[in-house]
Amino acid sequence: MTSTPQRFPWPRLIGLALWLVLLTLFSLWMGAQVPRWLPVSASSAAPLVDGLFGFETAVATFVFVGVVSVMVWVVLFNRAEKYDISDAEPIEGNTALEITWTVIPLVLVMGIAFYTIQVNREIGLIGPMDHSHAPASASSAAGASMPGGEVQVIARQWSWEFRYPVAGVSSTELHMPIDRRLGLQLESEDVIHGFYVPAFRLKQQVIPGRSITLFITPTRAGRYRLRDSEYSGTWFAANQADVVVESEEAYQDWLRRASRLPLQPGLSEASREYAQQLSGDRPSGYATIAPAPPPLVNVPGSNTLPHDG
Amino acid sequence: MTSTAGVDTRILKAPHPVPGAPDNWKRFFSFNTDAKVIGIQYIVTALFFLLVGGLLAMIMRGELITPEADLVDRTVYNALYTMHGTIMLFLFIFPVLNGLNNLLIPCMIGAPDMAFPKLNAAAFWMVPVFGVILMASFLVPGGPASSGWWSYPPVSLQNPLGHLINGEALWILAVALSGISSIMGAVNFVTTILRMRAPGMTLGRMPIFCWTALSAQTIQLIGLPALTGGAVMLLFDLAVGTSFYRPEGGGDPVLYQHFFWFYSHPAVYVIILPVFGVFSELFPVYARKPLFGYPFVAGASLVIVGLSLIVWVHHMFPSGVPQWMRDVFMVTTMLIAVPTGIKVFAWLATLWGGKLRLNTAMLFALGGLFNFVFAGVTGIMLATVPVDIHVNNTYFVVGHFHYVIYGAATMGVYAAIYHWFPKFTGHMYYEGLGKLHFLLTFVGTNLNFFPMHPLGLMGMPRRVSSYDPEFAFWNVIASLGAFLLGVSIIPFLLNLVSSWVRGPKSPANPWKAIGLEWLLPSPPPAENFEDHVPTVISAPYGYGTGRPLVEHQDEIERALLKT
Repeated sequence: MTSTPQRFPWPRLIGLALWLVLLTLFSLWMGAQVPRWLPVSASSAAPLVDGLFGFETAVATFVFVGVVSVMVWVVLFNRAEKYDISDAEPIEGNTALEITWTVIPLVLVMGIAFYTIQVNREIGLIGPMDHSHAPASASSAAGASMPGGEVQVIARQWSWEFRYPVAGVSSTELHMPIDRRLGLQLESEDVIHGFYVPAFRLKQQVIPGRSITLFITPTRAGRYRLRDSEYSGTWFAANQADVVVESEEAYQDWLRRASRLPLQPGLSEASREYAQQLSGDRPSGYATIAPAPPPLVNVPGSNTLPHDG
Repeated sequence: MTSTAGVDTRILKAPHPVPGAPDNWKRFFSFNTDAKVIGIQYIVTALFFLLVGGLLAMIMRGELITPEADLVDRTVYNALYTMHGTIMLFLFIFPVLNGLNNLLIPCMIGAPDMAFPKLNAAAFWMVPVFGVILMASFLVPGGPASSGWWSYPPVSLQNPLGHLINGEALWILAVALSGISSIMGAVNFVTTILRMRAPGMTLGRMPIFCWTALSAQTIQLIGLPALTGGAVMLLFDLAVGTSFYRPEGGGDPVLYQHFFWFYSHPAVYVIILPVFGVFSELFPVYARKPLFGYPFVAGASLVIVGLSLIVWVHHMFPSGVPQWMRDVFMVTTMLIAVPTGIKVFAWLATLWGGKLRLNTAMLFALGGLFNFVFAGVTGIMLATVPVDIHVNNTYFVVGHFHYVIYGAATMGVYAAIYHWFPKFTGHMYYEGLGKLHFLLTFVGTNLNFFPMHPLGLMGMPRRVSSYDPEFAFWNVIASLGAFLLGVSIIPFLLNLVSSWVRGPKSPANPWKAIGLEWLLPSPPPAENFEDHVPTVISAPYGYGTGRPLVEHQDEIERALLKT
């Protein structure tokens, strides 16, 4: 209206700067909370994933709380008076602002993408996920068909079997030596399963007709959960196994003792529940594929002991 | 009425019911070609299936409130989650959005009806047909499909009883029919928007809702054939023993994942783009300010269309794809944040310094934006490969997805229903019930879906019928939120029914909104403006500028007041 020079809005600017400082501190604090939300970190890949996730959590907190504070501000201070039916000042756009909020997010997401590609590469150095397209057959358990894989992982509806061809051992509990890169050759006999150990932060579909080698370097001794992460049918949820990470000596000792044990049925929660249903001890629902019989293994192991993650 | 030059007095004085469109319930059960009738048919059908899908979800949350598989058998749980997803997507959210398209597009652009009214009615009537087919699958031997709404082979090809007519076959049939119905709808919407706009309404003066509808329907036309083709091959594998996806016959199960996600990721934009349109329509009305940066908001929709078609592999990072593919699709996925950010910032700038009116519609729009931004930041996390490898197929993804589909899209749909309810029913809704609906929905959504994020980070896979005890705490909270969401529907339906039956009569423009649809009586007559379509002379959202939208606007408004 008038040409009187407006006073520079110092109080507003200082308030905004203070808020941005607070928001930044809060975002950094949120990023630092990440380890509390995740399972223990038990592989060489895990700290890299956690570091990336912490960074993203800080950025996400800044963006989300920043947007929400604008929304809260307008809802608190830009409400129309009860009987005010007038319009607000008609501002239709601002090209400089549009360019700003196009370029800044673009730089930000490309920065995140660049950082992530570095992490990808680093994880790749630790354990590249080779995807050999060689047709798999479960009977070819001999070491000759193991390109870099020391352990053969066979997924079925609904059990996990782990074979150590060199030691001549099979088990329904996965044992791994600590601080050594171990190749796992993933094969499925029926449908797609997912090999997922949350404590390792690694996941890979197990695809019938393919043999996929996954390299993992466990870094923390303990007992962890392996879960089927790709929906695989009726007993998908019960298709879990335990992963035991132990010292090289304990691992070798376990292999030695296991190789002398006679074969016996391994763990299969699905088979147990299915048998209960057949005997009428457990109600059943719609028709289902029958579980594959529990694999015959030297060591069934356990999947009921307390696990670390 | 001497000054109504160039305006058809018949429309302005049109009594209700309008001749030719008798105001009785029978037309809603007939093969009616009026887009406004079809729109309401779509919305009511969709809300019915929202109740069905919601009921299934509440049984699921009942199962998941304890770690053991105890409430229902595992086979039943698997069928429930499969049908929940299928119903909510193909029988709730797509139909309800097509309902909004039918109501809004012709009125907003000044067209008398859709370009192909019979095709329009045929597209709608396929919805109850495939709805019945899908519901019938609960009754066939072996039960309904139970391999998830992705229906990945080989697990979806396992047919325990060996019958030709089985739940999975009916599921594929229903999804294929849904695809055909959507393609028919898309042809109609795109043609209508491109060919039937009012004189003077250039693309640059078109309301943003029409821009987003045009963008979304273009995706349908490009993407749906891939899904439909993929589904037909799946049906062949299932029913006649081909081996497109069977590894033992030389097929590749991962091929299906490409077909599926080539459509089903863009499908999320088919859902969210019209909701962006709703936000862009509502914020200016209730902030009393023009939409900030209209050309950028409109253009961003087209950029999203382009990018949405080249991101699908981000659903397949752990599926055995090479590293270069993971990197490329991560970058394209990240880029979508930019046009989406342009929209979010435009809405914030629209709200900034406005004169906000927080009625039910505005509350739902603000709540939807809040949830959408949360879903957006978790979406960026999911785009980065190493984090995705950890949380892929866990509850983190389920939480992210439901923040988009329920928190943002469905709340945006509620906002739209409240905002345009007076226009298309001729009655005002009750604000008290509406605000109660908003409060229960907003609290329920966050209680239900936030806990899924910590669960996913801890490593709880999605689709499980039982879980380890360490996941129990957050699951109890999620279940309570789900039951609250169930309750939240009660005031909503009560409001819709009672307002329509005996709500106060609505004026033509109860919100003082700018747009062609608000220059029609409430409810609009069958042919909208008939032969006397006003000439658009300025850009939309001219709040506070004082410039008229159309020629002779004063006369039209004065005449509307007299009716």
